[in-house]
Amino acid sequence: MKKSIALVLVALVLLTSLSAAGQADKAAKSEVTEIVYWQYYYETKKNLVDDLIKIFEERNPDIKVIHQTFPYENYNTKVASSVPSGQGPNVINLFYGWLPLYIDSGYLQPLPQDTFPNDRIEDEFFGLVDAAKFDGKYYALPTAVRSLALFWNKDLFKEAGLDPDTPPKTVDEMVEFAKKIAKLDRGGNYLQAGMTLELRGQMHQYLREVLIRQFGGSPYNEDTTKVTYNSKAGYDALQWLTDLERVQKVGIPQYMTDDVTAFSAGKMGITIDGSFRLGTFNALSDLNYGVAELPEMNGVKSNFASFWANGITSTTTGKKLEASVKFLEFLTSDEVMAMWLPAIGELPAKKALALQEEFKNHPMYGPFIRGLDYAHATKFIDEDAQRIVWINAYDEVVLNGKSVKAAVDEAAAIEQKVLDEYYSKR
Amino acid sequence: MKTKRQIQNLIRHILLFIFGVAMLFPFLWMIATSMKTGSEVYTLSLFPKNPSLKNYVRLFESGNFPFWFLNSMYVGLVVTLSVLFFDSLVGYTLCKFNFKGKKLIFVLILSTMMIPTEMLVIPWYIMSTKVGWLDTYWGIIFPGLMSGFGTFLMKSFFEGVPNDLLDAGRIDGLGEFRIWYKIAMPLVRPALSALAIFTFIGNWNAFLWPLIIVNQIHRYTLPVGLSFFNGEFQTKWEMVMTGASVATIPVFIVFLIFQRQIVQGIALTGVKE
Amino acid sequence: MTNITTRQYSLERKKQRYAYTFLIIPMLFYIGIRFYPTFYAFYLSFTDWNIVSKNMHFIGLENYRRLISDEVFWQTLKNTFTYVIWGLPISLLLGFTLAYHIDRVKVGESIYKAMYFVPYITSMVAVAWVWRWLYQPVPIGVFNNLLTAMGLPTQPFLMSKTQALPSILATTIWADLGFQMIIFLAGIKAISPTLFEAARIDGANERQVLFSITLPLLKPTMIFLLITGTIRYLRIFTQVMNMTFQGEGGPLNSTKPLVLYIYTSAFKSFKMGYASAMTVVLFVIILIITLIQMVVTRDEN
Repeated sequence: MKKSIALVLVALVLLTSLSAAGQADKAAKSEVTEIVYWQYYYETKKNLVDDLIKIFEERNPDIKVIHQTFPYENYNTKVASSVPSGQGPNVINLFYGWLPLYIDSGYLQPLPQDTFPNDRIEDEFFGLVDAAKFDGKYYALPTAVRSLALFWNKDLFKEAGLDPDTPPKTVDEMVEFAKKIAKLDRGGNYLQAGMTLELRGQMHQYLREVLIRQFGGSPYNEDTTKVTYNSKAGYDALQWLTDLERVQKVGIPQYMTDDVTAFSAGKMGITIDGSFRLGTFNALSDLNYGVAELPEMNGVKSNFASFWANGITSTTTGKKLEASVKFLEFLTSDEVMAMWLPAIGELPAKKALALQEEFKNHPMYGPFIRGLDYAHATKFIDEDAQRIVWINAYDEVVLNGKSVKAAVDEAAAIEQKVLDEYYSKR
Repeated sequence: MKTKRQIQNLIRHILLFIFGVAMLFPFLWMIATSMKTGSEVYTLSLFPKNPSLKNYVRLFESGNFPFWFLNSMYVGLVVTLSVLFFDSLVGYTLCKFNFKGKKLIFVLILSTMMIPTEMLVIPWYIMSTKVGWLDTYWGIIFPGLMSGFGTFLMKSFFEGVPNDLLDAGRIDGLGEFRIWYKIAMPLVRPALSALAIFTFIGNWNAFLWPLIIVNQIHRYTLPVGLSFFNGEFQTKWEMVMTGASVATIPVFIVFLIFQRQIVQGIALTGVKE
Repeated sequence: MTNITTRQYSLERKKQRYAYTFLIIPMLFYIGIRFYPTFYAFYLSFTDWNIVSKNMHFIGLENYRRLISDEVFWQTLKNTFTYVIWGLPISLLLGFTLAYHIDRVKVGESIYKAMYFVPYITSMVAVAWVWRWLYQPVPIGVFNNLLTAMGLPTQPFLMSKTQALPSILATTIWADLGFQMIIFLAGIKAISPTLFEAARIDGANERQVLFSITLPLLKPTMIFLLITGTIRYLRIFTQVMNMTFQGEGGPLNSTKPLVLYIYTSAFKSFKMGYASAMTVVLFVIILIITLIQMVVTRDEN
């Protein structure tokens, strides 16, 4: 008995002593300023940033950057939880859709005007970066951005009698091609899907920023405080989408659990996805695919862009603030952006860089880059809540038999509440 | 009459076996997927065309996996030992002693099971940062040191221990602690084994709290570490399955060790002559 | 005579002192690490805190008022009770049946125990992934393939708002079986073999032994499993989180249990105050049900 109690006690003592192994921001050597940078874990991003930090530290020997990464799935939870205790990084990489919440709570400080003047930002960066602008100030800047494009499976095209090197140019063409590729068995089950309907993937972004605009409407008003898709354009868009399943019969939601899986397995002819998907598909040697700009409708082109941006936490002051500003400047410099694209597959956030000939006409990146020109980045307040209203609207129509108009109106009402809850407090 | 029992036994075996194999199906799939590469991952074959250990190599090469594994083992061990000790001591006390407030204390301890621990995470975090437990083993461990579940389990099983045996110990002059440890505890070994298994497993799979309390990647426990493979828009399923497969091994070993204790049961021979 | 009663009295007092001594450290633990944070969480239910903000405003019963008119909340309550009412009895019955039969085989007991326990130790992520594939429509989903082979119509399973919950419940029961089985086994093994021998000598058959000895002596075990099982099923979360896309609890909230709604409100929408209010409601529900169960199953010991 005494032995086991002693064992437990020893273990506890060991633990307590181990706990002394400290925290990241312990006082460093006198001359070196330490700053902490948080990012979500993405293998290529982590490795590149590690290398970039080495370069940065060489040029700035009085600054040391501690790089910590966290699992993507719960990154937002991790960041939020660190706030109440005042512990956290100095420079942080956040999804642009989370910025409203963090800025509102005072977590981030506005970027200093002398190093990051507004007019220079607006000059150099793509317009969609203004999703990081609040009350006339920029709170974060991206190194890279992403947009959507159309992916098509060349082998499935050939099999269906379509030219494997000619992707659809209009929305109608896309549906036509998809119909030729979709294969159903006698029971109405899909052996092969024509195209994606994945609202749980990128299709809700596509619906919002591309389709609704192409149908002649707009998802939100100028300053994104009001939902405006409860309009004919909105009804048409949902009608179009639900028709894909019920009328055109080119696929179903969650086919093979999701469209990435289906396309990767060579069982889906066309998918719409972001530039981040290139890494996934490129790794599959037996997948023969092409990339094209999103199809137009009625001569209207649109795209959805998103980005992760780097900001500085408001608790960062003095020497650490100086160091953080320098680091941020470095991260958003031309030189880093140029390295980012080949290493990560994300598009440069600065226009001049992205629209260079070699990138603009690149077979893989070209369609995404050209799409950036006319892309919109939705100013999300709560992306999860705003995405689920569309998923539910679709299910209400298909599973519950609700009319498209009623479903869209309900979605709009719910989403408006989300927006109101946020904007009414300001 | 004998053949009737033999037939019964045979049917029993057959049914147990058939359903048992069905139970194994997803587990085998998980292992099979961990040995697949490329687009074969998305097929449902139980036997990969070219089984390879590439994913396992990749898992270990990622550098942090051994740390995650060891961290989980260490945390699991400490928590399990602590729970076995404290929960049985408290369960025993609540069962075999009479004192004021006994019922209240029992209900209070039981009530700790009625709150999802997810909601306690934020207060725990704030407390931890105030005493400097952020990013430490102790930080990961402290919430799990005792449990209402274990206390209740042990209390239920101590009910089956005859008071005469305890009184006999008292007459022999043994102190209360020794009576608990030397007389009562051996009689509830099946329950202790079950508790050890469930505590270890529950702790092994804990995700949210370790995620929040730890910042440095090499201090994470296994479930958090494995979630690094859930990429931003893509989950590398073959890696997830590989990680899950490896994660099952220690749990399985703990189970094998302790389940025998449950089998052996107790050799209760009644009151000592 | 007086000597004995005085000795008994001081013995009782001595025992009481021991009891309190044994309980000191645990009570400190529970108070500091369980009760205090719980009160904090309860307090949060009266605020509008969103985790990231420094400001926390006291808003009284506002969160609770919002709950009453929240359709999703009522749906999750309904779902949670469905999970309990169907899930618990079935898994208890299956768990006991398994334990009983495994106990009775002479050979291969360890193998069977291991086989039936494997689902419990398999990572929930892996379990969910495999079962999601099993539930897929033809030509991928094994269940639908079997149905078609038998000439029966295919089922939407996870994609239907009526079948999704039972589908997830089936997975939950399947994964949980090992747990019930092990505890029942521990309970069965704890019954003195002499009792069984005595019964055999008296000529009792299997059925009589089961009903007059095994089941009655398993009462504490069953009470334990009933109470903890109810609490566990009322708190069901991980399975639904893993089997629906990003834990959406769909389609159309048909599978969402209360704890999942609490989790997403707190950690995805950052509505900590609102989530805390739901936690309080859940706590009260569990407390009431548990107290009722304890009173009803009280032993006259």
